[in-house]
Parts: sequence; structure tokens; C-alpha cells
Amino acid sequence: MSTASAATASSPTAERPGVVAPKRVVILGNPNVGKTTLFNRLTNENAKVGNYPGVTVERRVGRLDGASGNGARDVDVMDVPGAYSLSARSAEEQIAIGAALGLDENPKPDLAVVVVDAGQLVRNLYLVLQLVELEVPCVVALNMIDEAADNAPRPDAVARLFGVVAVPTNGRTGLGVDDLVRAIERALETPPRGSIEVPYPAALRADVDRVAEALPSAWRIDVERDRALARWALVSIDADDELDNIPPSLRERALDVQREGVHAGRDLDQEIIGARYAFLDAHAASLFARGVDEPPSRAFSEKLDRILIHPVYGFAIFLVVMMVLFQSLFTWADPGIRFVERTVLALQVFAADQLSGGFFRDLVVEGVLGGVGNVIVFVPQILLLFLFIGLLEDSGYMARVAYLMDRVMRALGLHGRAFVPMLSGFACAIPAILATRTMERRRDRLLTMLVIPLMTCSARLPVYTLVIAALFPPTRAFGWIPVQGLLMVGMYLFATTVALLSAFVLGRVVVKGRKVPLILELPPYRLPKLATTLRMMWDRTRSFLTEAGTVILACTVALWIVLSHPKPDHLPPGTSPAVAAQQTIAGSYGGRLGKALEPAFRPLGFDWKIDVGLLGAFTAREVFVSTMGLVYGTGETDDPAPLRDRMRAETRADGKPAYTPLTGLSLMVFFAIACQCVSTLATVRRETKSLRWPAFLFAYTGVLAWLASFLVYQGGKLLGLE
Amino acid sequence: MATLADLPTGASATVTSIGGERAFRRRMMEFGLLPGTTIELRRVAPLGDPVEIRVRGAALSIRRVEARNIGVAALPVAATDARASAVRDVGMRPSLPARP
Repeated sequence: MSTASAATASSPTAERPGVVAPKRVVILGNPNVGKTTLFNRLTNENAKVGNYPGVTVERRVGRLDGASGNGARDVDVMDVPGAYSLSARSAEEQIAIGAALGLDENPKPDLAVVVVDAGQLVRNLYLVLQLVELEVPCVVALNMIDEAADNAPRPDAVARLFGVVAVPTNGRTGLGVDDLVRAIERALETPPRGSIEVPYPAALRADVDRVAEALPSAWRIDVERDRALARWALVSIDADDELDNIPPSLRERALDVQREGVHAGRDLDQEIIGARYAFLDAHAASLFARGVDEPPSRAFSEKLDRILIHPVYGFAIFLVVMMVLFQSLFTWADPGIRFVERTVLALQVFAADQLSGGFFRDLVVEGVLGGVGNVIVFVPQILLLFLFIGLLEDSGYMARVAYLMDRVMRALGLHGRAFVPMLSGFACAIPAILATRTMERRRDRLLTMLVIPLMTCSARLPVYTLVIAALFPPTRAFGWIPVQGLLMVGMYLFATTVALLSAFVLGRVVVKGRKVPLILELPPYRLPKLATTLRMMWDRTRSFLTEAGTVILACTVALWIVLSHPKPDHLPPGTSPAVAAQQTIAGSYGGRLGKALEPAFRPLGFDWKIDVGLLGAFTAREVFVSTMGLVYGTGETDDPAPLRDRMRAETRADGKPAYTPLTGLSLMVFFAIACQCVSTLATVRRETKSLRWPAFLFAYTGVLAWLASFLVYQGGKLLGLE
Repeated sequence: MATLADLPTGASATVTSIGGERAFRRRMMEFGLLPGTTIELRRVAPLGDPVEIRVRGAALSIRRVEARNIGVAALPVAATDARASAVRDVGMRPSLPARP
């Protein structure tokens, strides 16, 4: 929040004569109340996805799909992330109040639609109460009214208590949505002026007034609203909160008042929150059809929980669900990936035929089209992963995953919800990093993003396969364990161990953050709504393509230029294409860079040819194989057999083989750890909105990889394994 | 003082105090868990932590260390309708939480 907030109260368009600015409606509500489904219904699924100022929290804005329509003023509807309360300790929690009041760069809304879970009325009304205290005109949607069964809240009673408009809705079936639209349109014409009088204790009133005096003038409106904002400040401000744009004088005053309260043996938080709940509880019974505040039975969820979080069946089902998710990322995405690859190849062939030779053709065919393919190839896995995440979240099972795994994940410093993203990292880091969005706190997201690239993604497999096939004999240890298979399993175990240890260390050293208690709601099980999930799949994919995709494309084109230019001056006539390609890459900037880097990687057992391969692998790790194919003149194919034989035969100046099993092991260890993948780095940049974190990720995995390979190679040599 | 963590699985009690870090206390109170509120320890996660509690019909999962910060007392004997007593007791009672 800033003192400049008053300036943002009206948008620039409002000042232009003749142009009527759209009215603004924000949709607020607790998590798990069906807010997104209702938002989709209100906007008819036309939403622009952006970010809130300063934080990577998605902001969706759509046009109200008006019932009247005929020349009525346009209405923008903004979906605010779920919040149990307006009070905040972090910049992310601060979004709710910023959006509700139009503070900071947020436009000032004309109306708040508060989506309320009719089956959890009192707790949900706590948020309504705060909004009404802050004099925000409210329309309350008593959502999921069907679940409240025979003891549904009475809209008229709710409306009367708060002086708001209340409409029963069911976002899933669309019931009451037309009424809600009409109520919104009417409320925009004549904003409902809510009013309540919570009987706060007398001593507290004096404290609140002292804080209100310290409010910046731009935030002040009238006495009651100032007091409400002062109560917000008193509950939210902390000696070590992470709130943005709180004026120092206000912060100091709030801390002073809190300190004095503690000295007097009082608890201001409890006085404020307790008075609000006392007010709600005193009126609760009158709000229900049956005259008692009795939450609906959770019998169905309880029955399911007896199985789904059972010590034995619970874990068994969990394992099955995770295996299906994991397996599907590999197998179900495969046809999609192959389709993308084939389409891009066909386009490349087509473009090569259409264009005349030279740099431009190569740029289009190999650079740009190759780069586009390199972006779109992630789409099948992203769609699939978010299909699963949507279904798991909407059904309520994801909260149970966090509940079941919390003990294990916490020991590593990770959030329980980090499990699914980390598991997805075994398929591909890109969708996995996008999936960290399911965690609310920046610290949890960041830590998870920093370790996901250490999970052995499927793009590393072709590299492992090549190295193992080329350098390790197909023999069996102890007469029955195949050495090659053992190595493959060993690489997975090694990388996973490194990832978990890194999480442990990074969580204590790098992304420390405050320890925040884990309070997780276990919502009732509900049938997932496919439309909502499809919508999310599309939103995530689109934002990946437009934001991370462009960077990936640019980097891929740049790498292509580096590895194919400058072209060798002249090749003797009759040179085979493979040899020509070999000459090109050896003389390219990339080839020269590989040679220049040789001293740095020599202690790991890598020669310049491997260094060039590592450079090529930045496009995508499996490109290592085809780059090595170019370097060795065996052609750029996916068939590793000729390359494998060529690598086995390669010798050093002293006649010893250039590649030994030890070199291979060192190379695989390097591949396991180093985050040499532009797509991953671009995605982390997009998700953190900073260059610092991808740079850190690249640096820490690079150093760690070098050290680990160094230990393997030099240690192996000392043991005489060379 | 008995805490939520000491309750047997499936038992209900009345909250007497909420201690621990401010962030935790504030969040719990905003969920409507205040002195006087009835709380149930529904179950313990298979790995021993966290625990699932029921407050006002909602199911919440909190960690065991945090459950130790919630002081509880046996439900009032006469309170056949526990919620009615919660309404009477909430908020204004001068019961101070244990500050760290």
C-alpha cells in the first residue's frame, strides 16, 4: 500500500471525457468456496490472466456477462486469491485488502462480491464483517447452498444483519447465477451501504483511535472507516512482518500500542478477533433456516477419509494415485510430444523447400522452427500435469496428500504440497516448476523450484543410455545383477538424494524466511468440475507459451547460432555431410568455447568435445546426444549405435582410450546435478519474476555438479579405476 | 494444563487459551478457534503428525507442536449443546494466552 493510493482510485480512462470507464467488481472469499467456478460463470470464461503488482500471484480479470446487456455499462470482474481474513503478514496476504480497498496500484473497486460457503457460514462471515467495517459495498453469494441441505442460511437474515445484498447460489449447477448478476448490476447502481456495530471493549476503542490518528491522510475517509483500517493495522503489523508500503509512522504507532497492550497484560489480537466472533456467534442462530448454527454433516467426507487417510489403505491409495500421475506424464504425454516433433519436422522440411539457401533459410529452419518446437514440446506434459492437479485440488485430495506427507516433507524443510511438483520433476522440470503455484507462500514455492531441477527428468535418460551403453559392459555383478541397469537406478537414487539434501540445506541457508505454522484446511470431498480444470490447464499453458516460451525460443536460436557459425570457409568437394557438420561445429563459436573451457573441465575427465556437447545440451538435455553425433561426425541422428562405437574407439594423444567408465560416471554425475537447461532457467525466471533466482539456480547446481564430478573422477583415479 | 495434543483421538474439549507464535495464534483465532470454542481432536496422521482437528464444523490440520499451544479443559458438564456455551464464553473473558 502506498500513500499514493488515492491517485489510483480512479483509472486514467475515467478522466477522459466521452469514455465511460467500466465499473469494477472484485470477487473475494475463503479458499475452497467455489470462487473460481463462480467467477467463470459470471464472466462466461472470458478472462485475462496477469499478475498482481509486485508479487507472482495470478490476477484474473473478466467482463461481467451481463443479463441486461442492452447498452448497460461494462463491468470488469476481478478474481482475488482466496483468503480467510483481510489481515496480512506477507505481501501475498496483503493482496486481499489491497484489492478490496483499491490500495497500491490496484484500481478501486465499486463493489465486492463475497463468495461464502453456506456450509461454513460463521467463519466465512468473518470476512464479510471485515469488509463491511471497511465500508466496502458488498454482495454476498451464499454459495454451495445445496450442501447446507435443510439448514441453509437465510439470505434475508444475512442481508439484514450486515446491510448487504445476499443471494443464494450454486456455482457448480449455475443455480442463482442470474440472480447474482442482477444483484450485482443493481448494487452498482445503488451501492448497498452496509453497517454493523461490533461491541469492541472500551479499552480497545482508545487504542484503535490512537492507531487511526497515525493513518496517512490519503488513507483516511471517515471516522468509522479509519477505525476499521486501524484495527486492520493493529492485527496485521508485526515487528517482522513482510507487508509492503506501510508508512513508518503507522507502523511505529501500531507497534507502540501493541507493546503497551502486552505490558498491561492484554491481548489486542484476541480482543479484536474475539469481539468479532462474539458478535457473529450472538447472531448466528437467527441466520439459519432451522434457527440453530449447526454445520452440515460431513458424513460422506468422513467415510472417505477413513479410507483415504488410513495408515495402510491411505498410503496404498496414495501410492497408486501418484504412480498413475507419474506414469501418465511419461506415457500419455508421449503421443503428444511425438506429434509436436513430427509437425515441427514437417514444417522444417516445408520451409527448407520454400526458401532459397543461405543464412536466412538456416535461421528459419533450424533456429526459429527448431526453437518453436522446443517450446511447444512441453505443452502435452503441462496440460496433463495440470489436469491431474486440477482434479486433485478440486476433489479435496491434494489437501490430504499434504496431510499424509507433511511429516516427511517438513523434515526436509519443504511444504507438504511440494510433493506433487517434486514427483513431476522426474518427468520434466518445466511443468513441475509451474505446478509450484499450488503453494501459497513464496518461500515454499522458491525452495521447491530450486530443487526440482535436480530430480532426474526424462530428458537425461537418453544421455545416461548413451554413456552407459558406450562405456559400461553388459555384464552382471555377482552373476545376476545387470551392471547397466544398476547404474541407471543408481543415478536416480543419487540425484534424488542430492535433491533432498539440497532442499534441507537451501531451506536453512538461502530461502530462510519466517517459520510459518502450517494450518491446512481439509475441505469436504467434492466432485471436481472439469470446466474449471480445463480453464486452468489452458491459462497455465498460455502463460507459459507467451512468457517463458519467448525466452526459451530466443535462447534456442542464440545457441543454434553459436553452435553453427561461423561456417568453415571452404570444404574440399565431395566432403560427406557428416564430416562437413563435424568441421562446422568444431570451428563454430561453440566449438571454440568448448576448447577454451577445456582446462576448466579437464579435472572432471572431460575433453573439449564433451564440453561442446554440454553446451548443446542447454537447448534440451537430450540434445547432448545429437551434438556429440555432430562432433564425432557420425551424423545428427537419434540412433546412438554409431556414436557409441565411435566414443569407445576414441583415443587420447597418448593412445589411451579417451572415454573410460570413470569418465562416463563423472559425466553422468555432472548431468544429474547441473541445471544446464535454458527452458528450466527461463521458467524459473518467469515464476519468480527475477533474474536473480535463475542465476542462483544455475550457479549453485553448476558448482555442485563440478565438485561432485571432480570428486568422482579424481577419487576414482586415486583408487586406480582409470 | 492440558493441551490439545494431550487429548485422546476423537475427544472434544473446550479451548481455554491459545499460545505460541503470534502468526499461529492469530490464524487460529481467525478460524474461529477462541477461548470457549469447542474443539475435537479428530485423528492423527498416519506418520504421527500433523493432527486433524474440528472447529465449528471445519476440518483443519495443524502440527503437533502447535497443538501443544492450545490449552483445553473438559467440556462443561451441562453443555448438551456445546456451541451454545461457546457463544456465551467467547471473546470477552479475561483469559490470557500463554505468551512465549
